[in-house]
Amino acid sequence: MKINTKIPSVLLMLVLAASASAELDFTGQSAQEYGLAIATEFKARNQGWHNSESTLTMTLRNANGEENIRKIRIKTLEVEGDGDKSLTIFDQPRDIKGAAFLTFSHVSGSDDQWLYLPALARVKRISSRNKSGPFMASQFAYEDLSSFEIEKYTYRYLGMETIDERDCYKVELVLLDELSGYTRQVIWIDKEHFRAYKIDYYDRKESLMKTLTFSEYELYLKQYWRAIQANMVNHQTQKSTLLHTDKIAFRTGLIESDFNKTSLKRAH
Amino acid sequence: MKTITAAGFVVLLFHALPCLAVQFEATGHAAFDWREYYQSAQFDQRSVSQANHQLSLFAEPEFIWSLNNAEHTFIFKAFVRLDSADDERSHQDIRALYWLTYGDNWEVQIGIAKKYWGVAESQHLVDIINQTDLVESPGGEHKLGQPMVAYTLIHDWGTLESFILPWFRERTFSGTDGRLRTGLAIDTDRAQYQHDREYRHVDYALRWSHSIGLVDAGLSWFRGTSREPLLVPQVTDIATEQFSSISLVPFYPLIEQTGLDLQATLGATLLKLEVIRRYFDAPLHQDYVAATGGFEYTFYSPLKTSWDVGALGEYLYDSREDPSLAIGQNDLFLGTRIAFNNEASTDVLAGVTQDLNDAGSRVLVVEISTRLSANIKLNFDAWVFAARDSENIIYQLHRDDFVQTRISYYF
Repeated sequence: MKINTKIPSVLLMLVLAASASAELDFTGQSAQEYGLAIATEFKARNQGWHNSESTLTMTLRNANGEENIRKIRIKTLEVEGDGDKSLTIFDQPRDIKGAAFLTFSHVSGSDDQWLYLPALARVKRISSRNKSGPFMASQFAYEDLSSFEIEKYTYRYLGMETIDERDCYKVELVLLDELSGYTRQVIWIDKEHFRAYKIDYYDRKESLMKTLTFSEYELYLKQYWRAIQANMVNHQTQKSTLLHTDKIAFRTGLIESDFNKTSLKRAH
Repeated sequence: MKTITAAGFVVLLFHALPCLAVQFEATGHAAFDWREYYQSAQFDQRSVSQANHQLSLFAEPEFIWSLNNAEHTFIFKAFVRLDSADDERSHQDIRALYWLTYGDNWEVQIGIAKKYWGVAESQHLVDIINQTDLVESPGGEHKLGQPMVAYTLIHDWGTLESFILPWFRERTFSGTDGRLRTGLAIDTDRAQYQHDREYRHVDYALRWSHSIGLVDAGLSWFRGTSREPLLVPQVTDIATEQFSSISLVPFYPLIEQTGLDLQATLGATLLKLEVIRRYFDAPLHQDYVAATGGFEYTFYSPLKTSWDVGALGEYLYDSREDPSLAIGQNDLFLGTRIAFNNEASTDVLAGVTQDLNDAGSRVLVVEISTRLSANIKLNFDAWVFAARDSENIIYQLHRDDFVQTRISYYF
């Protein structure tokens, strides 16, 4: 089995905050300043949810339409002043059932990750270097699933565009991390609720590699928008992966001690 | 049958508490193994012919009851194997039968369970809680369930695990008709112990472990019956055999062992070290030190593939000079691990452990695994044992090269 990951706290842009839909005022700002302001608001609206537990199904489709199913559960703890802590438990395919991994993501520096292999009852500290590798053979790379941090990019506002009849800010994100599989991303964020609707990923050769589209947004805790479906299409291989949130609950009582090497071993 | 009763009891108990939320899950796998040996056996006698093919079936079902959102967990995991050639390899075990509960900074586990300690890949020195189920694989990674009371404390200064181990499990060895055995058969029915209480001797263990930045460290201590027996030649039943028959009897001495394991995770490089010091009780004077240290480096997505290609190197040291006692006395392990990251999760692991004292002695292993469908997995393993010096422990296996094909069904 492949395991070397970086799993999301919560799938990056699946979470977006709603609340006050005050429009940003861009007057007198450069495209870079606009872009940063949008990203900052986007991030700010996704804070304060404390913890969550979700059950997810990934449907992997190849160019011939053949499907492979993956099922995972993710527990996430929001950490103030640093990246989130998360525990990912694999349920399907059945041969990796019970495998789990623990991630302490950090705003600066590399993340800490431990993997639990139930057959050997072994906990292994693993490298978090593998940002551009595929997560469970899907079209999601580990970095696509990691928590969104302002410091990882530089920004440029590209203008307004309409997606699904919604006015969206179009912002270019240039990656600062040389280990990333991308040079840049273009994201469409709706003006009303700051929800991501689409992301284009450009590879190291500057060609369009993948497009992620979000749909079926629902509101949680009267404040946090989350897309129930996220579909990643790879334009170069014609493969795609649909990530569906089967169940999600916020503020379930998770605390710091649910995220350590001892709790990793008892995660079933 | 005791276990069945206990499992039944838990079912009744949990189902008798309707006010509490009980979650039940049955999982596990069953598999078919086909082993083929490519050389004739070296220990065939008039009355004994070692197998050239081995077919076998095994199952490892697991039942999990979880109460009140996993505040209490009860797990029962059984194992049974039926082997076509070797009666000693046809065996069953309770891999797990325990109750576990926990609080914010503690955890208690009572029953039969498995614990793994250590970081190295080529051998597992520090790992001492469970007995090796050696008939399962020559790599020694399969373990027998160990009865225990385990109490874990989790604090800022690290994790402290303490164990009371009230019941000893004897190591499994191939029978006379099987392969991967010693020249003199091992008579497991006549195992001897240094302590009068034999398998009822109560063993104790402690382990402190902590993650400090990029370093994961562990210190461990064990006092009790050695999991590794000394093999003592004994004359058996002269009257019934034409020639005097000598067999090896496992002798389980009392030991005290301290261990250290360290891993530094530096980007794509992992640096690993395991060291143990083993002390024997009088009158045995066999104290020794052993160590394994090395690295693992992973190339992520090399040459525009989506593969992970790992390179591993470890040095194995043991202060005992007698080559018949241990494999890793002055040996070098080199290996590679390739994950293709495809839908079938195809993985390849290949490695060689080369004896640096004896150029002709080495062990090669290749393991390939892939998924055939959502529930079916295919494994292909090959082992090659080479030895020129008949004193070397590997020499006992030098005609036992084999390939094994396994098809497993997961449920």
